[in-house]
Amino acid sequence: MSLERYQRIAAIGGVYSNHLALGAAVADARRRGVDAIFCQGDLGAFGPHPDKVFPILLDAGVQVMQGNYDNSIGEGLADCQCGYTDPRDNHFAKISYQYTFANTSDRWKAWMRGLPQSIRIQLGRYAVLMSHGSPRKMNEFLWESTTPTHFLERVLREHQADVVLATHTGIHWKRELPEDRHFVNVGVIGRPENDGHRHVWYTILDARDGLRVEFIPLEYDYRSLAQEMEGEGLPQEFIDTVLTGWWTTCLEILPAKERKRGKF
Amino acid sequence: MTTTSSDAPRAELTALDDLWFQVAGTLCNLTCTHCFISCSPSNHAFELMELADVKRLLEESKALAVKEYYFTGGEPFLHPHMVEILEATLPIGPATVLTNATVMRPSQLKRLAAAESRSIYSLELRVSIDGYSPEMNDPIRGLGTFRRAMEGVKLLLDHGFLPIVTVAQTWKDGGDDEVFRRFVAMLQAEGYSRPRVKMIPTLRIGAEEKRSRGYSESERVTAEMMDGFDASQLICTHSRMATDRGIYVCPILIDSPEARLGSTLSESAGPYPLQHGACFTCYVGGAICSNFSSGGRDVS
Repeated sequence: MSLERYQRIAAIGGVYSNHLALGAAVADARRRGVDAIFCQGDLGAFGPHPDKVFPILLDAGVQVMQGNYDNSIGEGLADCQCGYTDPRDNHFAKISYQYTFANTSDRWKAWMRGLPQSIRIQLGRYAVLMSHGSPRKMNEFLWESTTPTHFLERVLREHQADVVLATHTGIHWKRELPEDRHFVNVGVIGRPENDGHRHVWYTILDARDGLRVEFIPLEYDYRSLAQEMEGEGLPQEFIDTVLTGWWTTCLEILPAKERKRGKF
Repeated sequence: MTTTSSDAPRAELTALDDLWFQVAGTLCNLTCTHCFISCSPSNHAFELMELADVKRLLEESKALAVKEYYFTGGEPFLHPHMVEILEATLPIGPATVLTNATVMRPSQLKRLAAAESRSIYSLELRVSIDGYSPEMNDPIRGLGTFRRAMEGVKLLLDHGFLPIVTVAQTWKDGGDDEVFRRFVAMLQAEGYSRPRVKMIPTLRIGAEEKRSRGYSESERVTAEMMDGFDASQLICTHSRMATDRGIYVCPILIDSPEARLGSTLSESAGPYPLQHGACFTCYVGGAICSNFSSGGRDVS
């Protein structure tokens, strides 16, 4: 199979209905000169007015794949398949899912249903596989502190990829593997990274001279997002995350090292 | 305790994500009344694992793409080489220790904190406490164990760890939310500002069978129950348990001789019939042994 070929791309992780960050990310990526922009799913959740992200994606020609949230909303499932197990985490996940489901129009639900669950491209000399959680499970959490290098080597080998891109955890990281192979978690633009900063992150990959991975901190109008969320009656805990950069929910899924870096 | 059934559905090992070590055998300084493998100071059904055997398995595990390493017993900190074992694990992957937190020493925790800070991987300490008060905990775990375990929690906090307090649901059905809330409040009052609490069902085998009751014949996983079920929620589809007597199918069934699958990890990768009552608890509870830090369910 012949793959689409690129030299320099932008990879955007979970959007979580943050249409303001999505607009900013698309503009920023264009300014930085990329051949194409990809989005690795989880278009809804957490933020306000889920329908606002779709026109931005289409107008910008973003190549989109399905995350677990999009799979759930598209298929009309009972929950987001986020993989939480803590009662408090599930409480907030339920609020978020019910709001997003109720406010996503049928047209976009059908569109999400048809999205691919992975994307393969050729980036310079690298065969790149984009996944949401991991190549083997859409909602697998690949955290930096719980993902051994030997595990990643196996995943890349089994999926015949030189580079695997994932998102889903909400925190970006990368690891160089033997034989010029790479794993990159591209981060998310839906909410900040639990580090006390309000910006969000996306990733540019450039293969013109070896693989260069650049994590981009992205400023956007977080105050307007918070106002919209307030207007929609979304939980104050979500709004506090946008305003402070600290996660207040979905914390129990964090491994020890990632949890320690946060405030709560 | 268990019945065998030729038509029990079989669970395939899809990937060896979690490698468990019965590192302290069945040796424990406590004699909890709900222990599903009846650990005690005098239970030598399984002995401490040799350091060299643990290291050999760690090496073997790399080629099998193991994702997480778990250490249990008995009480792991009764093992004279526990710190060295964790120091050998953390350079290759994340480690979790299941402890009662009553025998760890500050000098050990100082070394472990240093080992974790040198590693890119997490070290999790899971502390078993079965009540939010001595009145609730001590009848299960022994007189004075609530205070001793809480002192252990504080010791862990002092060394920079965020322990996961693991609570077996020994109370009558219902009231889980209230128990959870009271646990969180108790831990916060004791100085753990952002407590991590994990509640797990009891397993009606070993000592727990005498404390409450054993499994009824109807508490079994059937072929019909597996239809449409996400089998990745069963521990045996992604885990194996290493002991001083060989490799067992999961961390729960080591008292069942037929659950021993081989001497090496590679010869222990076959399917296993879900024939035990404990399999039913695993089915209902879902991934009851893991930390939930990195699992994921099959979406399709």
